[in-house]
Amino acid sequence: MQLFELSFVAAVLLAATPILYAALAGALSAQAGVFNIALEGQMLWGAFAAVAGSYYTGSAWGGVLVALVSTALFAVILAVGSARWKADPIIIAIGTNLLALGLTGFLLSVLFDVSGSFAPRGLQGLPKMAFLSDIPVIGPIFAGQTVLVPLAFVVIVAAGFWLKRTPAGLRLRGVGEHPDAATALGVNVASYQTWTTIVGGALCGVAGAQLALGNVTVFTENMTAGRGWIAVAAVMLVAGRPFWLPVACLGFGAAEALGFRLQGIGAPQQLTDAAPYAITLVVLVLTRIGFARRNRSRTLIDS
Amino acid sequence: MSTTTPPDAQATPPEAPAGATRAARPATRILNTALRHPAVVPIGAVVLALLIGAAIMLAAGLDPIVAYTAVVSGALEPGTLDYTFSVWGFICGMALAAAIPLRMGEFNLGGNGQLVLGGLTAALIAGYAPLPGPIVIPLAVIGAAVVSGAFGALSAPLATRFGIPIIISTLLLSPVAVAIVSYLVRFQIGEAGSAVAQTPRLPEGARMWALGDFSYSNVGLLIIIAMMIVFWVVDSRSAVGYELRVVGANRRFGAYGGVRVGRLALGAMAAAGAAAGVVGAIIVMSSPYRLIDGALISPGYTFAGVAAALLAGGRPLLVPVTAILFTVLQVGGAAMERSADVPRQLSDVLQGVVIVVLALRVVLDQRRSERSSA
Repeated sequence: MQLFELSFVAAVLLAATPILYAALAGALSAQAGVFNIALEGQMLWGAFAAVAGSYYTGSAWGGVLVALVSTALFAVILAVGSARWKADPIIIAIGTNLLALGLTGFLLSVLFDVSGSFAPRGLQGLPKMAFLSDIPVIGPIFAGQTVLVPLAFVVIVAAGFWLKRTPAGLRLRGVGEHPDAATALGVNVASYQTWTTIVGGALCGVAGAQLALGNVTVFTENMTAGRGWIAVAAVMLVAGRPFWLPVACLGFGAAEALGFRLQGIGAPQQLTDAAPYAITLVVLVLTRIGFARRNRSRTLIDS
Repeated sequence: MSTTTPPDAQATPPEAPAGATRAARPATRILNTALRHPAVVPIGAVVLALLIGAAIMLAAGLDPIVAYTAVVSGALEPGTLDYTFSVWGFICGMALAAAIPLRMGEFNLGGNGQLVLGGLTAALIAGYAPLPGPIVIPLAVIGAAVVSGAFGALSAPLATRFGIPIIISTLLLSPVAVAIVSYLVRFQIGEAGSAVAQTPRLPEGARMWALGDFSYSNVGLLIIIAMMIVFWVVDSRSAVGYELRVVGANRRFGAYGGVRVGRLALGAMAAAGAAAGVVGAIIVMSSPYRLIDGALISPGYTFAGVAAALLAGGRPLLVPVTAILFTVLQVGGAAMERSADVPRQLSDVLQGVVIVVLALRVVLDQRRSERSSA
């Protein structure tokens, strides 16, 4: 029984990690005052870049690096377009999400001559921390995980402290809360927003790498399957505060892992696949009961 | 677009007001006026996107000329026009589902869910209602509109009461609806003994009326064209249409001026969902007269519609025009894959590039205002 419990915890962590990285990217953007809904496309690009990078370099870490750098570059479109040129970040994000979906499928066909999925023999997945397997409790949870899983929590805590405790983090929050005041104090708003979005791209690249080389060792078309949107919802849920992100993301991870469990005992896959979205929406609604009373203007929020 | 003028023409002092361009040469003036035409931005975006697509193909070692020729000929050959027109209708319908909320500045990205719910409703009504054809066919279309409209309208109170942006709630609701419909087709209402998850064929009397002897385009196409006309009339000739555009231009001003934004959003999202639902109903009631698991979503009508609506800026008269472009891309994409060996995903790439380029047009506007205020 205990083994079942621990393996379930492991499954929750596995499902939550890609969403954690992407949601951190979204939370940083939110703190800088950018509504970032490009996470889905960036994560998908990261997943493809990770597999392609691992295939060409012959090393999984090479894949992670390629994913990190190329997704950061991919995010430059959104970063420069919205922060410097003041274009609508929502429309750019809809475009880049479509672009990522099309481009990954296109390159899958052009580079590897396959369609649907790509898992060549000898594709290097990220190593699992098998050396932990003898340690009680932690062993069964982490032995099958990649280093990126615990690292996600480290990165989130570090980002949280950076936001709260460093001058640069404070300026970033100032940029998001009151751009005019930040400008008056000599903070370059566009520059902070641009770099936050680019760093967010790098984080989404890592999310994609964990998804394609950690959770599985394959790239399939549209393999993110809405996880980026769940990350966006997680950011809304915690109002952009990084320290709360693990709680939200582990909740979604639990929904996904529970779905797998239920599939194992015969529940139809369609319904368990839909569960995370339905649960996400219900939780969002529950946390915002009274929103209309607090905002008496009764208008739609300026999203 | 440099508008350098010879020194003798620069008679205007640097601090002249914006209207000072009148002193510039007539040719420049005509050019400037032409550049302000509303059609310039979408056409420019498309041309630039096609060039970027060509660059991507060249980088991948493919021939863009051959590919684009294959796209256009594949979509516009006399033999395929019937099919192309039917797809144009579906994309127009999905463009309506995106364009109506876009008029008030909201994004409906949940078209897939609304589409399959409409298909499901039509399959159930047309498949099982023991009524004569002339009654059951309109009933199935209206039923689909009502069910999908209600589903789309859910997003409005979620935004007004709970502050969840419409773009997020539509996106989270959509996969739930898609999964439920997929489950029902697979396990509950599917045809027994069939290898594919699909509902039984609709009875002869419950199929969408044919249009002459076309095999793909049917009366459903006329229904969608009628919906577009209604959208145009409401948008340009009614108080509701005016309110939609006012709120889209400035939400606070609209609310201040007495527009009930919540009610307007409810109506817009219901209309959007209904449009998508009608498309789903027509697809199911056209050949092969079944609801097939995944068949409504896989052609990508939803995001082709979103792209068409964005490119048209939600303007009712431009939507059918921009839909032509994405129809040609969708239908021609398959031909391009067959004859030019270019992956059909290039259609999605071009859709994405068009939207990104369109969003970045503000750079052009800034340059323009800098120039005219300089």
